[in-house]
Amino acid sequence: MLILSALITGVATGSMYGLLALGFHVTWAVSRTVNFAQGSSMMLGAVLLYGLAVTHHWPGALAIVTALALCGLYGLAVERCVVRPFVARRSEAWLMATVAVGIVLDNVVLFTFGKEPRGMPSPLTLHTVRVLGAGVYPLHLLIPAVGLGIAAALALVTRYTVYGKALLAVVQSPQAARLVGLRVETATSAAYVLSTIFAGVAGVLIAPLVTVSAGMGWVFGIKAFAAAILGGLDSAWGVVTAGILFGVTEALITAVLGSTYTNILSFGLVIPVLALMPHGLLGRAGAQRV
Amino acid sequence: MKTTRRWLALTIITVGLGALAWGAAPAPAADPVKIGLVAALSGGSAASGEAITRGLTVAIEEINGKGGVLGGRMLELVRRDDESNPSKGVTAARELIFKEQVVALFGGIDSPVSLAIVPIANAEKKPFLGVWAAATGITRNGANPNYVFRVSAVDVIVDKGLIQYAAKTYGAKKPGLMLINNPWGESNNDGLSKAAASQGLTIAGVEKFQAEDVDMVPQLSRLKEAGADSIILVANAAPAAQVIRSLDRMSWTVPVISHWGISGGRFVELGGPGATKVHFVQTYSFFGEQNPRGKHLLELLMKRYPAVKGPADVIAPVGTANAYDAMHILARAIQSAGATDGPKVREAMLKAGRYEGLIKTYDPAFTADNHDALNENDYVMVRYTEKGEIVPVKGK
Repeated sequence: MLILSALITGVATGSMYGLLALGFHVTWAVSRTVNFAQGSSMMLGAVLLYGLAVTHHWPGALAIVTALALCGLYGLAVERCVVRPFVARRSEAWLMATVAVGIVLDNVVLFTFGKEPRGMPSPLTLHTVRVLGAGVYPLHLLIPAVGLGIAAALALVTRYTVYGKALLAVVQSPQAARLVGLRVETATSAAYVLSTIFAGVAGVLIAPLVTVSAGMGWVFGIKAFAAAILGGLDSAWGVVTAGILFGVTEALITAVLGSTYTNILSFGLVIPVLALMPHGLLGRAGAQRV
Repeated sequence: MKTTRRWLALTIITVGLGALAWGAAPAPAADPVKIGLVAALSGGSAASGEAITRGLTVAIEEINGKGGVLGGRMLELVRRDDESNPSKGVTAARELIFKEQVVALFGGIDSPVSLAIVPIANAEKKPFLGVWAAATGITRNGANPNYVFRVSAVDVIVDKGLIQYAAKTYGAKKPGLMLINNPWGESNNDGLSKAAASQGLTIAGVEKFQAEDVDMVPQLSRLKEAGADSIILVANAAPAAQVIRSLDRMSWTVPVISHWGISGGRFVELGGPGATKVHFVQTYSFFGEQNPRGKHLLELLMKRYPAVKGPADVIAPVGTANAYDAMHILARAIQSAGATDGPKVREAMLKAGRYEGLIKTYDPAFTADNHDALNENDYVMVRYTEKGEIVPVKGK
């Protein structure tokens, strides 16, 4: 029963890591850059939802949609103002710039949202349901469904729609894509908007289970990045799988050994895994041009 | 060379004149007496920091209104946020002692932070008053002379009380301990085990968790399997709320008796409806019949903080109550010491004599062997209502 409950929580948190990691993958694949502060984007989603739904009493659905839209706008702003200037100058400083923006956002939220963690009420955490004897909230079951659903949707869209194929073309070769008239800049912006929306969804989903605070995203972001590296930044399914594996491993370690060892062991395990599979679980070695 | 000697001479003359001018300047009229506070002003226990601030502020304004201390010197509160982090607390304490030159320091809710400040207070001979953090080792720190005083609960005494309450109210025979994994949790681990042994109860198990943990089902499951018939909880509001949520998910209805960490934050908001079933300890309640000082303090609070319209709006009340009494006791000690000198104030604290305070009549507050002003007779068991108000449990 202990293990089952740990597995369920692990799959839920793991799906969150997976969603954030998917955000890393999408921007990396299209533009070879990432918003390193994905955790802050996730926090933004949760904080915006709290502000709209709880402080201003907006109806839930409207609040969620608005919060995600605003996250998307934030992603657009990050790409336009923080990443593009450095990439245009062929500078790698976009990485530190995104970290800096994340810190700025965390602190702006600290001033506006407040210093105290707040609880997010949700109809999905009011009652528990029994799954094979373990007590879980309906939210625990919704989270992996949404996470995997989004990953599947992304796969379908990129394969079967024009926009998706355009995105794939840009991923394959930015120069060739430009030659056929695809705008690489738009694709990059779209990737960033998608990535922050994914993070926002993760924030909105996890908020009722944890507490909403300005610092809630930081550790999530680090773990998601570890999951993204583990899964292979170039593979969408790889990062989602790695995220879920990471979450489950964490939960099992906590259940069996106690939470004092969780971070030590889960991050510690990343090292030998990467030593054995340097390109991640599902990544492939990049072809070298000779 | 001639030029160098000339510059040297000029420098010496300038410095000398400057020193003369500075020394000759008239002393500013009535230097304020600075009182320092190092507490959690942000994070999951920010409510506690605010409550302590209010208790100190209201007491200081009362004292200043009657003419201050030491012949017209006004008291001034200087606060620093320790963010519940011992190293930040130590830095803040040093800044207050050396840069702000405070006469005394007040501590906050986090025992690990207070425990880290204790050696500095004793080394620098600065009176350090605890008004919330309950770890036994804060006042019983082995130092002589001991500059640490406390108007607050003491873990070793609270632990006896919690075990006793569990046995009497719920007929508990095998309590399980859920403790935060830090020095405060450890302090209570010790106290609770000893109290259980001396009262004839068996501890079903001791489980620990981290402050950031969200899922305590594993720990609780182990306690349930060990046959625990009650849970003694020692943690601050945020992690304790997650314990309650985990219990909720397990659908395990078991009495939960808690230390007072849960009153330092938004426990009911974070923990959900199960949070209202937890019984915990306080040193004071603003509900029920108040003594004259209690009524007076409520009036002062309502005037100073318009959001407070009644006892229900006094958040984290023990912080305010303890701090209010402690500030008055300190001010009287400074006054009778006739100086702001650490050792003199410390001696004055020990010779304080009788004082009719809010929580009780201190007679005296401290003795050479006991730097803790409150004991088990001053505790009251309470619970939260759905609205987050702390009310006494009916019929102790």
